[in-house]
Amino acid sequence: MATKEPIIDPNLDPATGEYAVIAPGHNFKSVTQKISGIVLTSNTPLGWFFGLIVGGGVAMGVVVGITWLFLKGVGIWGVTIPGAWGFAIINFVWWIGIGHAGTLISAILLLFKQTWRNSINRFAEAMTIFAVVCAGTFPLIHVGRPWLAYWLMPYPNTMNVWPQFRSPLAWDVFAVSTYATISVVFWYIGMIPDFGTLRDRAVTPLARYGYGLLSLGWRGSTRHWIRYESASLLLAGLSTPLVLSVHTVISFDFAVASLAGWHTTIFPPYFVAGAVYSGFAMVLTLAIPIRKFYHMEDLVTLRHLDNMAKVMLATGGIVAYGYGMEVFMSWYSASHWEFFMMWNRMFGPMGWAYWILIATNIVIPLTSLWSRKLRVNVAWLFFISIVVNTGMWFERFVIVVTSLYRDYLPSSWGTFRATKWDYMIYVGTMGLFTLLFFLFIRLLPMIPMSEIRMMLPQTKVHKGPKDAEVVSQEAS
Amino acid sequence: MPPREGIYGLLAEFNTPTELVDATNAAYAAGYRRMESYTPYPVEEAAEALHFHTTRVPLLCLLGGLMGVTTAFLMETWINVWGYPLNIAGRPLWSWPAFIIPAYEWTILFAGLSAAFGMIALNGLPQLYHPVLNAPNFRNGATTDKFFLCLEAHDPKFSLTETRAFLEQFPAVSVVEVDH
Repeated sequence: MATKEPIIDPNLDPATGEYAVIAPGHNFKSVTQKISGIVLTSNTPLGWFFGLIVGGGVAMGVVVGITWLFLKGVGIWGVTIPGAWGFAIINFVWWIGIGHAGTLISAILLLFKQTWRNSINRFAEAMTIFAVVCAGTFPLIHVGRPWLAYWLMPYPNTMNVWPQFRSPLAWDVFAVSTYATISVVFWYIGMIPDFGTLRDRAVTPLARYGYGLLSLGWRGSTRHWIRYESASLLLAGLSTPLVLSVHTVISFDFAVASLAGWHTTIFPPYFVAGAVYSGFAMVLTLAIPIRKFYHMEDLVTLRHLDNMAKVMLATGGIVAYGYGMEVFMSWYSASHWEFFMMWNRMFGPMGWAYWILIATNIVIPLTSLWSRKLRVNVAWLFFISIVVNTGMWFERFVIVVTSLYRDYLPSSWGTFRATKWDYMIYVGTMGLFTLLFFLFIRLLPMIPMSEIRMMLPQTKVHKGPKDAEVVSQEAS
Repeated sequence: MPPREGIYGLLAEFNTPTELVDATNAAYAAGYRRMESYTPYPVEEAAEALHFHTTRVPLLCLLGGLMGVTTAFLMETWINVWGYPLNIAGRPLWSWPAFIIPAYEWTILFAGLSAAFGMIALNGLPQLYHPVLNAPNFRNGATTDKFFLCLEAHDPKFSLTETRAFLEQFPAVSVVEVDH
């Protein structure tokens, strides 16, 4: 990079050479019109209906699959002894990991004052909530008698039966329910000012009434804004330890068990990094088509894509270190079981899954994302995002299946084979996610308008001579 | 609440945050205290001009967090030691390190809900009706691109003619009366 050619591009910031966070030429009114127009227009694009129907159709897989599951029991899945955990746990961990990027963007990047996040914050949070919806389904339907799932909650009952708090399953209930609640609250609080805008710009009485109720009567009072900002900052500060704890607790489901390949201390950081990695991949999977379809290229710019790719590069590096350390520790531990587990993971009957994981999570993304050219190549980035999501699913598959199907006792060895019901419910949750996301982009503002306004140059308050007068009066 | 009649206040509309902050500073210096500004995004300088600095949201958040951690830890202790003691592989009934995890989650849950709902309550929301929403130009701009200053009629210094004259010396787009 020693000889750098001067770059001539109006979208580049001349001072830094980076892409601008918001394309030049916008003002308060234009960003408001652009974002609220998507929600308030009466002309719904045909493509939206198409996406909704496809999403809804695929989501039928969940309805059919779960109905059959409730009628027949978990025996319709591929789970068996010794592989008692199958797709349900894999999908649960995968979906909840995807959700983590939304919280990371809305909370951690807010605390670090990364204002570029404002454009992608709202739909990343929506992604979190819908991913948690999909994730939460799996443990509930996996409990065997799902109509008794509420027994997991501590509540006074005539049986005098209570949860057992030394179990990671009880920790999961607390972690995931807190995560879902706080994510929804944070998301809603963030939308209140935008609901006010939608109420004031709505043409139809129904929209005015509906958004008016949702806005709680928001009127942009300065005193309200100060409390609002304080609450947002606190929620961000609380969500940061929360998001780190959720995948940590989920990794405890594995790490607390004394199974080779699960019983390791590296799991919490390695799970969290993997979660953020897959989550950013999913944000890219969503953001790239949406910015194209709704012509949002000037609000979700190449800068955002570039930055997200950089976060993926960093977290992918941590994940790669985790894989390396697992292999190293299985040798260094001098434990026969650990050594066999790793050999079996790589070269056993399901070794193919491990090599798919290495190729899709490490080799393809981490070799190409170093190049800035490829990081701002939208088509390549979209491809990479799909590749990483596949890879992260295989990571969970490898962890869950390979440790279980050949455990300590060779006489109890078995294998794992997923059934069509496993696939149907898994693919169905992708449809459910798509369906919810399409409803979201049509009915709610997908980019936070008030936060975008704050990023415009017009927001600067100039200290004029009047100020000096007031100051001198106060001083005297 | 007795029915209110007459004027709520005078509402001046500005195009830029700087004009709003200047006018607010001048109004404060002139002795007006019952006033409020309305902006489409948070303007810290506008709050400074109103001499509004502290909020009780962080205190509520702290109290909520303390309540969450105490509730969760005491609940777990009672359940696993007295309510429903179970022998799990001979581990102590009061396994406090394991109890930390749900207690940690409830700290965040209670603190977050206190911050969010505390903010809404302190702001007096939901309040679907407010006099400023009656002003013809308010809803067109306050949540989009305009900056408003409302000098309220219950300020002792308020006088319809003098206050109007006071506001009109600033580069306001308009100064309108707001009815209750």
